[in-house]
Amino acid sequence: MALVEIRDVHKTFGKVEVLKGVSLDVEEGEIVTIIGRSGSGKSTLLRCINALESVDSGEIRVEGQKVHAGMPDLKKFRQRVGIVFQAFNLFPHLKVERNITLAPLLTGRIEKAKARALAEDVLTRVGLADKIDAWPEQLSGGQQQRVAIARCLAMAPHLMLFDEVTSALDPELVGEVLKVMEAMAKQGMTMILVTHEMGFARNVADRIVFMHQGRVWEQGPPAKLFANPETPELASFIASAK
Amino acid sequence: MNFLPLWRYQNQLIDGAIVTLELTVISALAGLVIGIAGAVALKGRVTPLRWLVRGYIELFRNTPSLIQIFIVFFVLPSFGLKLPAFEAAAVALSLYFGAYSVEIIRAGLDSIPRSQVEAGQCLGLSGWQVFRHIILPPALRNAYPAVTSQFVLLLLGTSLASQVAADELFHVAGFIESRTYRSFEVYAVICAVYFAMAMSFKALFAIIGLAAFRWPRRR
Repeated sequence: MALVEIRDVHKTFGKVEVLKGVSLDVEEGEIVTIIGRSGSGKSTLLRCINALESVDSGEIRVEGQKVHAGMPDLKKFRQRVGIVFQAFNLFPHLKVERNITLAPLLTGRIEKAKARALAEDVLTRVGLADKIDAWPEQLSGGQQQRVAIARCLAMAPHLMLFDEVTSALDPELVGEVLKVMEAMAKQGMTMILVTHEMGFARNVADRIVFMHQGRVWEQGPPAKLFANPETPELASFIASAK
Repeated sequence: MNFLPLWRYQNQLIDGAIVTLELTVISALAGLVIGIAGAVALKGRVTPLRWLVRGYIELFRNTPSLIQIFIVFFVLPSFGLKLPAFEAAAVALSLYFGAYSVEIIRAGLDSIPRSQVEAGQCLGLSGWQVFRHIILPPALRNAYPAVTSQFVLLLLGTSLASQVAADELFHVAGFIESRTYRSFEVYAVICAVYFAMAMSFKALFAIIGLAAFRWPRRR
């Protein structure tokens, strides 16, 4: 059984059908990168996987459990699925440590005495142990995004979703975030990313999924997909992304 | 001009100022609770409750607070609720301050971006935890300047309670005036006392604001 099973998912916003029957499996430990033009439905699909949006028809299962906004143990489910956003979304009124430990403490995952050690541990993994007492506003965009990743890691998720996490960053800050993600990939984390970073997609992903007009248009291992795109849409997308 | 005849009334003036402070602080605290609860109701999904809060706000923001105090003190007794002057004024002023607070705090809540809520939800927090730990602190910071200036208006507005003979500063002034016939002197003194109290609260709020909201502003 795949960790994530997506079956014929449809999603409409108003009159616009954003997802037109998407099916996709993601195995445990796999790194799947979703690429495609703006409006192809990539981010919506990602948001459906942790029930930030509910699907109109079809179904999504994570670890065998059907996902939807009204699911009975939505909170428990979201503790197992981390998501990192384009805009970081750190809590501005909490220091880095508290940003990280708030959810583990409130959900009873850890005791108060162990909170700081947990924050130190996950911050070390993103290379920011020295920023534990900083305010989010005192950090650069790249650092804020790494704290956001650390905040997710503190919940020990089984699956991590990344929604264009480098798109809001200055070019010179993109590398540090990608490096952290690459390290997570090597440690066996299951990851689904929406990204415009073709270099990362090519070098780190196990599989590329090209979405076009609300459908999975083409998918496969990066080497094959980038070298020999089967569809003209993917070929022109790759050409334009270079 | 002669302030000397007022000297023997200094204890009454101090007592009056204390009652004014009590009335202000009690009404502000109760009004703040009303404000937070009302703002949550306004943002909630229960339509009749939203109408109720909306009606309450419009009623109390568009009628004289003196009449509000009169209604609580003179009219409610005929419905079986008889309150002493201080309590009646406190109830009326709480509702008055609450009506303004609802709007101020609602605006504060609205200033928090939806993405903050989502970030909290995605970490597995409950609706209440997201509200309490993620929305409320920055919302209160954004509402704080407006709440504090409303507080000063409330402090000055407590003088209306003199009209139902609550023993606050303005009422004491009337009493002293009737004994001394020194109108100008009496009102000059209590004016200075109100001014000093208002300025002291402003300074206090600035210090509280610095202590409570320590995180840096967004650049």
